[in-house]
Amino acid sequence: MDASILSIDGLSLEFPIYQGAVRALNGVSLRVGPKEMVGVVGESGSGKSVTAMLAMRLLVADSYRVTAGSLTMLGQDILQASERTMLGLRGSQVAMIFQEPMTALNPTRRIGDLMLEVIRLHRHSGRDEARAEALSLLRGMHVADPEHVLRTYPFELSGGMRQRVLLAMAFSCKPRLLIADEPTTALDVTVQRQVLLLMREKARAMNTAVLFITHDMAVVSQFCQRVYVMYAGSVVEDGPTAEVMAAPRHPYTRGLLHALPDRVGSRVPLEAIRGTVPDLTQLPRGCAFAPRCPLAREACRERPPSLPVGHAGWHRAACWAVQEEDGQP
Amino acid sequence: MNAPLLTLQDVHVRFPIGMDWLGRSTEWVHALNGVDLDILPGETLGVVGESGCGKTTLAQVVIGLVKPTAGALRGRPDSATARMQIVFQDPQSSLDPRLPVWRIISEPLHVERRGKLSRAALRQAAMAVAAQVEIPPDYLDRYPHEFSGGQRQRIAIARALVTEPDLILLDEPTSALDISVQAQILNLLNDLQRRLGLTYLLISHNVAVVRHMSDRVAVMYLGQIVELGRTEEVLRAPLHPYTRLLLESVPRLGEPVDEDALSATTELPGNRRLPGGCFFRDRCPLAQAGCERPQALAGQARLRVRCHVQAQEVPC
Amino acid sequence: MASALAHSLGFLWYRIRNSPLTLIGLAIMVAVLLVMALAPELAPRDPNLVDLGERLLPPSHAHWFGTDEVGRDLFSRILFGSRQSVAVALFVVPVSGTLGSFTGCLSGAVGGRTDALIMRCTDIVLSVPSLVLTMALAAALGPSLFNAMLAITVVRIPCYMRLARGQALVIREMNYTKAARTFGGSHWHIVRWHVFRNALAPIIVQGTLDVGGTILMAAALGFIGLGAQQPTAEWGAMVATGRNFILDQWWYSAFPGFAILVTATGCNLFGDGLRDVLDPRQKGR
Repeated sequence: MDASILSIDGLSLEFPIYQGAVRALNGVSLRVGPKEMVGVVGESGSGKSVTAMLAMRLLVADSYRVTAGSLTMLGQDILQASERTMLGLRGSQVAMIFQEPMTALNPTRRIGDLMLEVIRLHRHSGRDEARAEALSLLRGMHVADPEHVLRTYPFELSGGMRQRVLLAMAFSCKPRLLIADEPTTALDVTVQRQVLLLMREKARAMNTAVLFITHDMAVVSQFCQRVYVMYAGSVVEDGPTAEVMAAPRHPYTRGLLHALPDRVGSRVPLEAIRGTVPDLTQLPRGCAFAPRCPLAREACRERPPSLPVGHAGWHRAACWAVQEEDGQP
Repeated sequence: MNAPLLTLQDVHVRFPIGMDWLGRSTEWVHALNGVDLDILPGETLGVVGESGCGKTTLAQVVIGLVKPTAGALRGRPDSATARMQIVFQDPQSSLDPRLPVWRIISEPLHVERRGKLSRAALRQAAMAVAAQVEIPPDYLDRYPHEFSGGQRQRIAIARALVTEPDLILLDEPTSALDISVQAQILNLLNDLQRRLGLTYLLISHNVAVVRHMSDRVAVMYLGQIVELGRTEEVLRAPLHPYTRLLLESVPRLGEPVDEDALSATTELPGNRRLPGGCFFRDRCPLAQAGCERPQALAGQARLRVRCHVQAQEVPC
Repeated sequence: MASALAHSLGFLWYRIRNSPLTLIGLAIMVAVLLVMALAPELAPRDPNLVDLGERLLPPSHAHWFGTDEVGRDLFSRILFGSRQSVAVALFVVPVSGTLGSFTGCLSGAVGGRTDALIMRCTDIVLSVPSLVLTMALAAALGPSLFNAMLAITVVRIPCYMRLARGQALVIREMNYTKAARTFGGSHWHIVRWHVFRNALAPIIVQGTLDVGGTILMAAALGFIGLGAQQPTAEWGAMVATGRNFILDQWWYSAFPGFAILVTATGCNLFGDGLRDVLDPRQKGR
């Protein structure tokens, strides 16, 4: 029934700490279908990175506790999967790239060694075959002199070049899903554009679905067909990107879009969302956004709102006020 | 016309890297290659550029952490040197994690008065500025890790205000902050400038922030200013090809991306060995005869461009 | 302030109790301290009581660890011997730690030629094997417990200097230190306000680890006859004397040796665990 690559349903997760627990995820539901490029937007504490790390089971075992929900990737129950299963998935079926290209590459080894290692591990190819593959991947990333790059060490390359190498490594095994966690936040804007275009081109060519995590709304609007907006560990709004950006329904999404400096004239005070992100160890009983929300009412402080039932493609907001307006039960 | 608060005249800065066996430097990083800049009182001057353009070094030269290798820095022609403070990008690392916040805020005052102020006086001063940045007085005994990113940046701003400076250097003040927090901090900065008559030198790679905050903007590339003028003119109708490239690359909400950008060269030429002539020549769509000569910042008082081709387009 | 301290200690305990090895180390250290404090109450006999009729007896109900060649109860001697070892550690670690980190921090913060000069001096001291240097110093000063402590202290100082200097170099590049320089802070101000307090954590950890090392060093000096003199009970000296009897009376060297082993290991376990707990990546909540 479900051809989705990644399927998360009502997932709740917490990190036990001294005198309490950090409730990082609170009933998150999201879906990535084949060949889709889906964006997840949120600020710090929204849980977007935790979701990505959990999907790859990269969180330190025993440091977290899943209190509800499920996470299925390519048909496998990731929460229960053994490390062996995960090893088979990571790198070959699912790839991930991170924000800091500086630290993602082993500084003591040459690029060639790093790339060959990944290719040979998953494709069991011989040395020469792997080398040819690495060269062709780098050429596919519009790298001018791939032979030279294979011989260099990471510190000799710029941030943008490193990210291109990482993308090449990520795509080397034709994964079904690529999880990109803020891949261009640390890069210059001119380089960012190139890297994102490359990522899109490769994903289309290899039929790879992409889960794109970022805080940059503009980038999401340019590259992703659907978007999820996260706040304090829940999805507060989801839908087709163009609709969500043009006509946001959830007060938080509206607040975020209105806080962008490009929207107003010079020196005009920005519409800042008052208050601050809640402490994840002490989430309020009702909606996590209620203390800062201009539309907050009684119901909002009682129960946390949830996304109305509906399939992906609809534009939904997890907000009592909005649902009341729509006449939802 | 008000006399400038600070003037940079043909400032060059280079850092030695790599040494031969005798201890002499073999290679240099040319961070600033001839910067001329006036900072006028009461304005916000934005400096925008990508990594390697030298904007961080510019901040360090202005604040006095780095001495120019060539060129000069002049203060106000009349009185004492302009009093300056700096607000750093990362609110996490710019506050000493083991000092209570009131000590952090009052530290500049303590140093300026050579330790003669009493503990009570320092606390009092800290409370006064903390009120201006909306940090409640009972929070002042806490430690930085007990505050959020936005609050820490407020503390850093309070620290910059405590000695009543003339000029505040804002080095990427909101780059490490969330969007909603950024809006609050930008509003606060604008408000403080109006109330206290401050001058800001705002350095950022975020074009939207610079556009929102600055009166004038300087675009930097490889240690030089390539375009300088009023914000609306430079950012709305840029003349220099690099400024155009930069503005085109900034993602805009809802606008599709130009696919041709894929094959363009985007690598910055290194600043170890400077290119001859115009630094932007290799990437410039307008490159032609005359570009092999070093370009000068030319134009009118309101708008200057470092490009012999585009200098002709400057409106009079 | 008091509640902040209580919170920090509570957090520290929370982290420590999750690590069994650290707890074991802590338990051993506490036990040794108790033994040192309560030796007169715990010891069944006077450690210096000579009884030639009871010479070299094996461990028995009357003498738990046996007796030595003049009939003194080894168990009591070991309990009292803890005082020598702990005394050495309690003197050496704080003194060398403070002096070393003080100079190291200043050296690192100031930099330049002063720093280079000081570091070359520490290089000279560190280039000589520490045991040999300590023995030479102790021998030159004359055999006594105090001289042994002095010798060990002097030889340990360069280690702390290096450690503190390394920390100072890192802290010097932090933004908060740069900020202090921008508003005119002198070297002295920066060291006093910023470098010291941020360099402390690894120095404390090193100190805890050093306790074990110091005890071993004191035992080594005792073994060769420098350090505490007879008839004072001292673990190293007892191991040395026991060498003469090792073939038939194994217990004479074994038990003091075991005491050294357990104490040093306990300190090391605790120090290791403390280093993990104080890892700056784990920001306290």
